[in-house]
Amino acid sequence: MDRRNFLNLAAVGGGAVFVAGLPGCANMGATDKTANSSFYFVQLSDIHWGYKGPDNPDAAVTLGKAVATVNALDVQPDFIVFTGDLTHTTDDAVERRRRMIEFKHIVADLRVKDVHFMPGEHDASLDRGAAFIEHFGATHYTFDHRGVHFVVLDNVSDPGAKVGDEQLVWLEADLAKLDKVAPIVILTHRPLFDLAPKWDWATRDGAKVLQILMPFRNVTVFYGHIHQEHHHMTGHIAHHSSKSLIFPLPAPGSQEKRTPLPWDPAMPYRGLGFREVDANPQSASYEIKEFTVVRA
Amino acid sequence: MSIPSRRLALQRFGAMIVAAGAAGLMTKGPRAEAQTGRVIEIEARRFRYTPNEIVVKRGEVVTLALRALDFAHGFNLPDLNLRADLIPGQVVSVRIQPMQSGRFAFLCDNFCGEHHEEMSGTLIVET
Repeated sequence: MDRRNFLNLAAVGGGAVFVAGLPGCANMGATDKTANSSFYFVQLSDIHWGYKGPDNPDAAVTLGKAVATVNALDVQPDFIVFTGDLTHTTDDAVERRRRMIEFKHIVADLRVKDVHFMPGEHDASLDRGAAFIEHFGATHYTFDHRGVHFVVLDNVSDPGAKVGDEQLVWLEADLAKLDKVAPIVILTHRPLFDLAPKWDWATRDGAKVLQILMPFRNVTVFYGHIHQEHHHMTGHIAHHSSKSLIFPLPAPGSQEKRTPLPWDPAMPYRGLGFREVDANPQSASYEIKEFTVVRA
Repeated sequence: MSIPSRRLALQRFGAMIVAAGAAGLMTKGPRAEAQTGRVIEIEARRFRYTPNEIVVKRGEVVTLALRALDFAHGFNLPDLNLRADLIPGQVVSVRIQPMQSGRFAFLCDNFCGEHHEEMSGTLIVET
């Protein structure tokens, strides 16, 4: 039974389903029997391990509960991505590394061992990614899965929220190897478009990234940073942000300050969660299903 | 932002806020330079601008003299499509002439630490 059929039969509730991407795409180079077949992955984001404050008095256990919920999924994902802000920032370089070690220790309990990490500004901006690289490896890289080309972009190691010219050249060279209809997924932390510049919800040179991506017909972006689900199109490119695992933030630009939504003891973890992304490489389409930290 | 889109943004906001032209918006260096109108000094330190409310009259030519004390903060006033990097030890002068009243947010857009998200302020343009 494949993932899509399983979901149809299981009819699990509690989350919105959103369909993104455009039809008509197929990767022509695959040869093995699993290539181009549908699969799903899990996206977790904005954990802020090390945060202590009133906006999440359960911060010390929220990540562990989310790991348990992922482990309890009926069918395990092919892989898991963490789209940044794994840790809450600190000026103390020793403490930063301690938080990263603790984070790794907790997520080591995930049943799925194929896990891809990327930094957020809380992880990487104060030391230009040095501690992150020590503990998680490169801040930008690619991988391929069943005909889908995944590109992890780093728009946080530069404290000015820039991808930077060097990475732009790298991106352009990487994509040059692909067919224009190849299914491409971009994983990054900040929005690549100007979602709410007055809240710093943007990438300073994001327009250059989108310019490079624009000739490719099947591009979808999954990101974090804004602590809520959000969907947006720039031309034919779909952008989907994920909820966080620490505290939700208000709708983009909806108020003067981007202050976190207050913790509600009557409804702990409200507004927090993670998502499944059900990918169909043949059509370059992606179904998103949102999950709460603890399944009802 | 690409150069063409920056030009478009300047044109769009030109109806609201007129500055001294893209090339003349920002000058780096000593404030001894010739400046027109009132000068408002603003200090940037983690995680606050002082003052963080700037009140000007509509149509008034004002120079914002920005000085970072402890970090290479940013100064971004998105509604004017105007930003600058504030290098500690330097004064960055930004000349504006707002032509529409209202409240316009500015913020530090160089990540500077735990309370970076709180480092913001408001330009209040009165009629």
